[in-house]
Amino acid sequence: MMVQGIRNFFKTFMLFELLKGMAVTGRYLFARKITVQYPEEKAPQSPRFRGLHALRRYPNGEERCIACKLCEAVCPALAITIESEQREDGTRRTTRYDIDLTKCIFCGFCEESCPVDSIVETRIYEYHGEQRGDLIYTKPMLLAIGDLHEEQIARDRAADAKYR
Amino acid sequence: MLDSLLAYPQALLGPLWPVVWTLVKIMLIVAPLMLAVAYLTLWERKLIGFMQIRIGPNRVTFFGIRWLGGWAQPIADGLKLLVKEVVIPTGANKFLFVLAPIMAIAPALAAWAVVPFSPELVLANIDAGLLYLMAMTSLGVYGIIIAGWASNSKYAFLGGLRSAAQIVSYEIAMGFSLVGVLMAAQSLNLAEIVKAQQSGAGLFGWFWLPLFPLFLTYLISGIAETNRAPFDVAEGESEIVGFHVEYSGMTFAVFSLAEYAAMILISALTSIMFLGGWLSPFPASWGILGASSFGWLILKMFVVVSLFLWFRATFPRYRYDQIMRLGWKVFIPVTLVWIVVLGAWMQTPLWIWWK
Repeated sequence: MMVQGIRNFFKTFMLFELLKGMAVTGRYLFARKITVQYPEEKAPQSPRFRGLHALRRYPNGEERCIACKLCEAVCPALAITIESEQREDGTRRTTRYDIDLTKCIFCGFCEESCPVDSIVETRIYEYHGEQRGDLIYTKPMLLAIGDLHEEQIARDRAADAKYR
Repeated sequence: MLDSLLAYPQALLGPLWPVVWTLVKIMLIVAPLMLAVAYLTLWERKLIGFMQIRIGPNRVTFFGIRWLGGWAQPIADGLKLLVKEVVIPTGANKFLFVLAPIMAIAPALAAWAVVPFSPELVLANIDAGLLYLMAMTSLGVYGIIIAGWASNSKYAFLGGLRSAAQIVSYEIAMGFSLVGVLMAAQSLNLAEIVKAQQSGAGLFGWFWLPLFPLFLTYLISGIAETNRAPFDVAEGESEIVGFHVEYSGMTFAVFSLAEYAAMILISALTSIMFLGGWLSPFPASWGILGASSFGWLILKMFVVVSLFLWFRATFPRYRYDQIMRLGWKVFIPVTLVWIVVLGAWMQTPLWIWWK
């Protein structure tokens, strides 16, 4: 007990712990740096990455969404607004499909709930809005994103299919 | 050469000459110092970044030249702060509020008057240099206290109080360390102190060896004195933000300048008093490496300043009562004991550090 106390005293007094701490930071000074130089380099992404939303189409050009409103119901942030109507060919389609990305929490529930794999979250995370309202994505915008990135979206779904 | 160059302006200005010449010399010290302060902030961010396995600032550059990436960061920061609005809070004492940053930076700059860069290169080679330094470094706290009080903010006030108590406590330990130095050097003149370390033993002739506990005490007190991490309770970013919460724009920048200028000052003083100033660590026979020069002082200052940054990257902030305990119950007894030991030691033939 006594010896321990004396040893502790000297250890403190000789700044032993402090030197040990400095050795740690000193070692890291020469360690390889792991910074990702963002615009030039990008961190690897999972196929499950949940970024900007998109609405998909079938290969024949027909939009997938059947206005079942499951995504609207499941959305915990109430970010999705859907209005629907019967089209002249008798199918039910959305007339309005808005996602307010300022509300969205990117949980991916909409994607999971969708019975036809229509609403998906893509790998895109570099988008912005310059004024209020810019981040409310409407149906044509979402469909356009889907059209532009369909190849990537389809590949990501395929890669993840066996885990669903 | 220099004399003949100066003869003309000397004749032109007549009695005004000494004033002008002194101002020129002051500028020659302050301008590089301000540049050093600017780049110290960059080096701090870089070094701490490296220790955290990051790269640190490497984007802002001059004229888009890639390999200069990061070098324009201090300039950009300075310009940004320069054009920002200086907000003076309602209820603040306007005069004191603006005076405080000036009070903080003035002593940090004034102290440089007595710092010898080489045997001849010193603005004011006064005999009581050490005393003057003590006075100047102590004055820095007024800026902080005034800032804390004039802000009319409780957080700023708390920061100011903490700083006051801390600096007063560490001043004593610092003073005692300096007593050891002046005993060993038998002089208060900083140039004489460096010359006393010139014993022919190189590295081992400097005062860090016989005054080792005082050296450490001085270094650590110096960190406390400049309110640097791990003694930065006055600033305490995560708890009270500190004495300069209410400051913005250039008034805030001046506080930063003062802090970094004080850091460089403390490192210069440590180098001069304990690490042999401009003396070379190598024997005189090594040619250019063995020669005493200004470069050695710069190198030593750089090492000590980097040590400050290293501490900041390593240690968490001290708790307030621990700071007080360290100052009063550890440093002051240690320095006192070592002064007595030193006094006894100097009476014996074992003392080899002077001629």
